[in-house]
Amino acid sequence: MVDFYVTAMRTQVQTQFQYRAATYMYLVGMVAEPVIYLVVWTTIAKQNGGQVQGITVGQFAAYYIVWTLVRNMNIVFTPYGWEWRIREGQFSAALLRPLHPIHYDIAEFAGGKLIWVVLYLPIAAALTLVFDPDLSVTPLEVVVFFVAIWGAYLIRTMLLWLLGMVTFWTTRGSAIFETYIMAELLLSGRLVPLKLMPEWTQSVADFLPFQWAFYFPIQTLVGDLPAAELIGGLGMQVLWIAVGSFLVWVCFRASVSRYTAVGN
Amino acid sequence: MRPVRVAWTFLRLGAINELQYRANFFVAAFQSLLAVAVALVVLRLVYSHTAELNGWSEPELMCVLGIQILLGGVIRAAIQPNMERLVDEVRDGKLDHALTKPEDAQLLVSVREFRIWRTVDVISGGAVLGVGVARLEASVGAGEALSFAGLLLVGGVLIYCFWLVLATGAFWIVHMWFLAELFEGVYATGRWPVGIYPGWLRYSLTWLVPIGFAITVPAEAVTSRLEWTTPVIALGFAAALFVATRWFWRFGLRRYSGASA
Repeated sequence: MVDFYVTAMRTQVQTQFQYRAATYMYLVGMVAEPVIYLVVWTTIAKQNGGQVQGITVGQFAAYYIVWTLVRNMNIVFTPYGWEWRIREGQFSAALLRPLHPIHYDIAEFAGGKLIWVVLYLPIAAALTLVFDPDLSVTPLEVVVFFVAIWGAYLIRTMLLWLLGMVTFWTTRGSAIFETYIMAELLLSGRLVPLKLMPEWTQSVADFLPFQWAFYFPIQTLVGDLPAAELIGGLGMQVLWIAVGSFLVWVCFRASVSRYTAVGN
Repeated sequence: MRPVRVAWTFLRLGAINELQYRANFFVAAFQSLLAVAVALVVLRLVYSHTAELNGWSEPELMCVLGIQILLGGVIRAAIQPNMERLVDEVRDGKLDHALTKPEDAQLLVSVREFRIWRTVDVISGGAVLGVGVARLEASVGAGEALSFAGLLLVGGVLIYCFWLVLATGAFWIVHMWFLAELFEGVYATGRWPVGIYPGWLRYSLTWLVPIGFAITVPAEAVTSRLEWTTPVIALGFAAALFVATRWFWRFGLRRYSGASA
């Protein structure tokens, strides 16, 4: 299994590296989103005398710059990709292989991440120069961050796999996908630090997995969390990965029997 | 008039084709409503922390939002599908089919696709704009409405040119899978008046990527902030960009070699 992961990741690193220009343009499109949020909230903070609910201009900058790194890590195989792979019969080959298909996705994207993050570092440096973030970190926070971004990656892989499997049942999954993306946007900390959302929204978010793939990893670096909360957060990630894996396992068995392919 | 006739024929063909799949209308309508709902929630969230954003009140920003959604509908229905098809055909060597026809190639590649269901965004964006205008303190006069319509058209031309320049890049770069993501990301900046961005970004969003001209300027017309020089500059810029785009397209086309021959 380790052999498989190492080989699959190495192949993906080489593939992704060939198309660096394309990857770069993709990253630029991705960075637009947090820059917009950052500019909007910085504008509000400056109008309010330098802060919004205790979050200063420099802290907003830190939040959204770390955001980009976390986002880099939690981009996974999209449900729209599932639509393609079911429609085109691409899944047939995956089913013939000895390992559960999710391992191929996890390994391939994990390999891609290594290149993405390296290519992304100059962008992060540029953002840091332009927006002047207020960030001080302890060694423990850095260690927890490096674990938490991989936790975020696995949580989001599980969630989007569950969503993607909808395409075994219908070819019009996009309405469901968009609903999910909306819920995630509002309840994960992707749009704004959860602290700025109305309180009832924060209570709802506590019962959902979204924030463990966005807000928590960001907070490990920018939130000055006590050690207990850092470790507790990793525990919550493990919990959601376990729940997600179980659901994927159950749903995959139920869904795959519906799979049919023509021609391939 | 011939280009108009050709475009109209393709538009009808595209519409007839899509009208076969009626259920897609409901999917599109649902997605559009969802997108509007999220955008309004974001707007509310922002204005729960402040009374105005860089001099723009909430109803004024609703106008900006409405225009962004409306123009986004036009782009996704008529511009983007054509440009994505162009990129795919350059890569697969299928562009021969368009090039061998006795009609201007740029015209053909720009009008072949039309996704009628995506025009629901035009309606929902129009509704948001309407509500925004109704909530404005000042009323919108006939002159302002006219200049708004004209500037929106200019904005459409600018975005078309920008997309064609991007898509023409396919003659040099084979892997262009990032185009839609890149455009979506950059287009999202138009949801806020271009004035809130820091200088370097504001200039890029005005001259490099003409989002400022396409969205903020028509919004300025509706909210009575337009200076008389702006429409003149917008018009001149659109004309210059159109000519430059046509040149760039022909320049790129010379590199096309086909794949099947």
